[in-house]
Amino acid sequence: MVSIQGLYKKFGKNKVLSGLDLEIEEGGIFAVLGPNGSGKTTLIKSILGMVIPNKGEISVLGKNIKNSSKYRNKIDYLPQIANFPSNLKVKELIKMIKDLRGKTAEDESLIKLFKLEPFLNKKLNTLSGGTKQKVNIVLTFMFDSPLIILDEPTTGLDPISLIRLKTLIQTEKSKGKTILITSHIMSFVEEVSDEIVFLLEGNIYFKGSISELKQMTSQPDFEHAIASILTTNHV
Amino acid sequence: MFKILKYSFFDLMRSRWSYVYFAFYLLLGIVLLFLNNDLSKAVITLMNVIIVLVPLIGTIFGVMYYYNSREFTELLLAQPLKRPSIFLGQYLGVALSLSMSLVLGLGIPFIFYGLLKSNAIWDFSLLLITGAFLTFIFTALAFNIAMSNENKIKGFGYAILLWLFLAIIYDGLFLMTLIMFEDYPLDKVSLIGTMLNPIDLSRTLILLKLDISALLGYTGAVFKQFFGTSFGLIISFIMLIVWVILPVLRILYKSKRKDF
Repeated sequence: MVSIQGLYKKFGKNKVLSGLDLEIEEGGIFAVLGPNGSGKTTLIKSILGMVIPNKGEISVLGKNIKNSSKYRNKIDYLPQIANFPSNLKVKELIKMIKDLRGKTAEDESLIKLFKLEPFLNKKLNTLSGGTKQKVNIVLTFMFDSPLIILDEPTTGLDPISLIRLKTLIQTEKSKGKTILITSHIMSFVEEVSDEIVFLLEGNIYFKGSISELKQMTSQPDFEHAIASILTTNHV
Repeated sequence: MFKILKYSFFDLMRSRWSYVYFAFYLLLGIVLLFLNNDLSKAVITLMNVIIVLVPLIGTIFGVMYYYNSREFTELLLAQPLKRPSIFLGQYLGVALSLSMSLVLGLGIPFIFYGLLKSNAIWDFSLLLITGAFLTFIFTALAFNIAMSNENKIKGFGYAILLWLFLAIIYDGLFLMTLIMFEDYPLDKVSLIGTMLNPIDLSRTLILLKLDISALLGYTGAVFKQFFGTSFGLIISFIMLIVWVILPVLRILYKSKRKDF
């Protein structure tokens, strides 16, 4: 699905990714974890072509993404911070994205699912953080793409919406899609993900299932396993 | 690109500032005509205002729009769109809406005053065309500055400095050079110096069209010989076009390499 070879990226003097190799197979939910500043968002943005790597190759669905934009048709992306053009209405934003990407019928069922009908005619800058995140989720899931990238999808969501999001993720997975998630909420990651990719100082420290991680660190639960990686590496 | 252009354009058309800008020119046009009672004189006064104000508004609006639409840009970058078309679309959206405010705001009062029947129409059209050119040039320069500076305050600072330099300081330096080297023949130097600054170029172009070059003395005569001919006019317009194209090319170049 996604294959990355020798990815380097630095911002000024700050080296964020240093020679990262990653292979993501088709189907399943992959969680990208790591402490703050370990390069999770940079990795995701590199796959999306928003960050341009200094060195290395990325291919999505078998095609090198360099100087290409069409491949993004195959990716649904949920950005970390839901910032939208402030003087647009929710309805207009959805219409605009549909216009830019092509038709979809999914939006109405998603709006119903997240109970967004009362907000459709409100401007985006009047919405609360959680509601913005729901709009963000609708915009992401309304297209039927084989690869879904979610950057901190749980931010600001109330418990009911969180449950809805989890079911949504599971239904997408059952369709055979590949889903890439970053999150700091370990219980969420443990619940949804099939495999985890642990980033440390711009490189992959661990890739495998949660039980493998527990074995490796000889810790009884996931949260402590992650914590033990961090303490042994003095982060 | 045209979809982005459409959304940027309508986004700006809905914002309060486009109306303020439009209303300002409308008011300026009406007041000038009322005070001057003469189309040609109103055109001269208008020129002085346009030459300084249009670049300033273009610069500030360009920088402001770029920084304000960061979120919109990031949203677009995750869509299957080419980067150059995103930035070119936004740039054209800003430049077109500003030019429209200028042309309509000034055009409406002048048309009502009877511009179409007067012979000042060519001078007036030239004024609007150079005004539109200045808008496109300075918005493009502003986008360049904003794209190269993540820090908004720095970006605004550089943008204002650029305007200050081209609108005011350049003239001062230019004049000082002319005085320092007054013993040498300077007509070619001053011609080239004028060409290199879009504000000076526009001003000279309009002044000479208005037939008040006699005020400019000997240099005026040289200028008249050059700008007054169709050859000079064509060269001047080519220069203005180059002034639009170069910054736009840099926007495209920069857009392919920038991280978000």
